[in-house]
Amino acid sequence: MLKTLTTDFELDLEADVLVIGGGPAGTWAAWSAASSGARVVLVDKGYCGTTGCAAASGNGVWYVPPDPEARETAKASRESLGGFLSDRSWMDRVLDQTYANVNQLAEWGYPFPTDDEGKPYRRSLQGPEYMRLMRRQIQRAGVKILDNSPALELLVDDDGAVAGATGVNRQTGEKWIVRSQSTIIATGGCAFLSKALGCNVLTGDGYLMAAEAGAEMSGMEFSNAYGISPAFSSVTKTLFYNWATFTYEDGTVIPGASSHRRSVIAETLLQQPVYAIIDKAAESMRASMRLAQPNFFLPFDRAGIDPFTQRFPVTLRLEGTVRGTGGIRIVDESCSSSVRGLYAAGDAATRELICGGFTGGGSHNAAWAISSGYWSGKSAAEYSRSLGEYKTQRQVKGVGEVGLHSGSDRSQTLATDEIIQAVQAEVFPYEKNYFRTEQGLTESLGKLNHLWQELRSSRVKSDNELIRAREAAAMVATARWMYSSAIERKETRGMHKHQDYPELDANQQHHLISGGLDRVWVKTQPLLKSKIQNPKSKIGVAV
Amino acid sequence: MIELVSESRCIKCNICVNICPTNVFDRVPDAPPTIARQSDCQTCYMCELYCPVDALYVAPESDVTTSVNEAELAEVGLLGSYREKIGWGHKRTSTAKTDQTFQILKQMK
Repeated sequence: MLKTLTTDFELDLEADVLVIGGGPAGTWAAWSAASSGARVVLVDKGYCGTTGCAAASGNGVWYVPPDPEARETAKASRESLGGFLSDRSWMDRVLDQTYANVNQLAEWGYPFPTDDEGKPYRRSLQGPEYMRLMRRQIQRAGVKILDNSPALELLVDDDGAVAGATGVNRQTGEKWIVRSQSTIIATGGCAFLSKALGCNVLTGDGYLMAAEAGAEMSGMEFSNAYGISPAFSSVTKTLFYNWATFTYEDGTVIPGASSHRRSVIAETLLQQPVYAIIDKAAESMRASMRLAQPNFFLPFDRAGIDPFTQRFPVTLRLEGTVRGTGGIRIVDESCSSSVRGLYAAGDAATRELICGGFTGGGSHNAAWAISSGYWSGKSAAEYSRSLGEYKTQRQVKGVGEVGLHSGSDRSQTLATDEIIQAVQAEVFPYEKNYFRTEQGLTESLGKLNHLWQELRSSRVKSDNELIRAREAAAMVATARWMYSSAIERKETRGMHKHQDYPELDANQQHHLISGGLDRVWVKTQPLLKSKIQNPKSKIGVAV
Repeated sequence: MIELVSESRCIKCNICVNICPTNVFDRVPDAPPTIARQSDCQTCYMCELYCPVDALYVAPESDVTTSVNEAELAEVGLLGSYREKIGWGHKRTSTAKTDQTFQILKQMK
């Protein structure tokens, strides 16, 4: 049993700011905190530079020059798709910050291409290159990186403020503790080990840890994102399916199926295989496609398929809250959660503020990671400074529970793999998660609640299983917030498709806040109408 | 899924062990790393990109294991093909520089 202050830690560190997660949001947070003069430790379950969905793929960026007309178009284009839940002032902030930070990337040496007119083109980032650069930059800024070091639980002080985390090095088994004045959760979303490209490190760990410290979620009903991939492959990159024709096995075109109307594909997949062919791409474009997204073609080249001339089977892989928009609720412009000392950034945080209830795909999420990472880092550093001498005198304790017990006080041994399969069986199927019904959601929730009880009353066999057990617990908790919220939203809005309530209901133009562990709760929260508060007075203050 | 750590090419640098996001490899003293947790492989190809000697091969099938033949893979140029495509490695230039996404998006209405 890994219990804080009673266990010896092989690695015991102090920091002003602890960043959990080493993808785009985590690295931007670490860079901005370190640049503000904070001592920063960044821990990652994997390796900072290759971890997370951006590193493995890359994507567009919501990068719009400060031209009023272009900005207006950028903001307006998604408002109705998102079900009118986004907030224009947040969009403005994100557009401004993203523009500045992407230009910073160019100064750091990211090799942006030039367009036809010889102008730099900065609306696309290739993941491996981007994240390798970010790792180098945070190292230069003095950030201490612990790779292969998943956090297992947060630490809180006597007043309930978050004060660091403990975890384990998954390769050496050494336990670590980082005592910090503030903590940023940048652990990404949750894709339930679906093998969507780069998403298997994203198991909702940060949500669980944050909730154990008392944080709330927002928008968890917007969690049914599915990406198109060849049926045999992990490569869920959907841009090029804009030029695809979708057919049945016999080659007949499936009416209405397109990359924008994935529900038609999902409906068909419930009955029979679906095939695609990228035959609408003109010859002249094919070379450009290869140069734009080399990894899209990798599985095809290796499987001996020419996707422009040969049909291939496709599937939809769940991307859950990675390309959904739900996550930890943000309470102010500092990207603070509702718990003192705890901030959230990137996909771990709600993206409803800029996307409403419909995925921004890669580009909005990339922009959000950059800007929320930047703000949370800066704010966490300021908050740490504000604590002054008090910071060294705090008594702290770990607040993690479910999945952390390897002691002999519980009789039942945790069947981790079975729990994971059981939660996947509730969130993967299109008929349960894509096309939601009152009855289906209720049945799933019953099973998920039962799984939670099982986790609650079991112990893990050994310390080696702690990491996977915590992932299992995080996935079950995430699924319960998702479906509890989905039941409360009795309408169809954004990506949330409710079969029993197929229309958008003007009376439900609000956010759904959720939380709780043994007892999950959901409540409505009216939209904030663009109340920009003075960031200085808000930083670090719980609301 | 990861299917090959080439005995002949591997220089035992263990970079793949360190950088795999899902901790698939185990280091072995004086020998190439082993594929210790193959089913955890998420088929993200990052290990191939970071391998300095193109000793790794990730098969495109993400849910099932397949058998591969190293000589054949080398023959058809698939060992290290992704690293080459993105322009990583000695005397190569990152192809991020020639990213043609702007051409693609021009065609999108």
